[in-house]
Amino acid sequence: MEEFSLDALRSGDRAEFARLVDTYSTPIYRLGLKMLGNQQDAEDVLQNTFLNALTHLKDFEGRSSISTWLYRIASNEALMSMRRKKNTVNLDDFQPEETDDVPLPEVFVDWSALPEDELLSGESKKAMDAAVSKLPESLLMVFVLRDIEGLSIKETAEILNLTETNVKTRLLRARMFLRERLSTYYRERLAPEERPNG
Amino acid sequence: MADHYHENCQALLGSLSEYIDGELPPGLCAEIEKHLEGCENCRVVLNTTKRTIDLVQVPAVEEALPKDVRERLFLRLNLDDFLEQKK
Repeated sequence: MEEFSLDALRSGDRAEFARLVDTYSTPIYRLGLKMLGNQQDAEDVLQNTFLNALTHLKDFEGRSSISTWLYRIASNEALMSMRRKKNTVNLDDFQPEETDDVPLPEVFVDWSALPEDELLSGESKKAMDAAVSKLPESLLMVFVLRDIEGLSIKETAEILNLTETNVKTRLLRARMFLRERLSTYYRERLAPEERPNG
Repeated sequence: MADHYHENCQALLGSLSEYIDGELPPGLCAEIEKHLEGCENCRVVLNTTKRTIDLVQVPAVEEALPKDVRERLFLRLNLDDFLEQKK
């Protein structure tokens, strides 16, 4: 993990800020891509995150790590953009869910041993992207931070202002949701041709 | 097969993420592994969940920041004099 001088950043050291931008622009752009599904929106999230960071750096007290702080700004930007696109604003959308229920699996096809080139083909990637795009917003945020960005449960909870238990529940629901969708996709691909010729 | 989902399977499902992430105590892992030995459905759910996570992580490496996106970002932040700086 790269270290940054908070004093330098707060006092407007542009070289240090440029280094910060270069360190975090790839993961933040990726977060935007996964959350919003297109490059233009991802670029907006990226630019707004660093513009926001630049404006508020002087108020950053360093109680969380700079990475957690940046991810928090980026997550908020992505969430606002998603809601603008849906043309709805519901402040309750991101409150912890009442239920801990995890839907039971329904598809039991073991596609995990398929060859890498099959699993990483363009078509499989599309199936994965389509599945991710169907994740409910509250699960998507947790999934992107934890499984795509590789942050810890603790960091994810801190960024999204959730309890660790809540993050774990949402992560499990997200993983199960995607597993089910991919299993349905591969079940169809693995099914032997049963129809008679002609 | 799909309707074969017992109480023990549901208990495992609740701990599946933490089991995959290696966050469970050894005693609980041993219980889960004992259940897995005799339950094909749970083995399938475990294997395919692990693979699902692997697959989302692989392309992430490929999604590097495009050069033109970096250039526009630096311009927007008035950092264009640092554009040539090696990452």
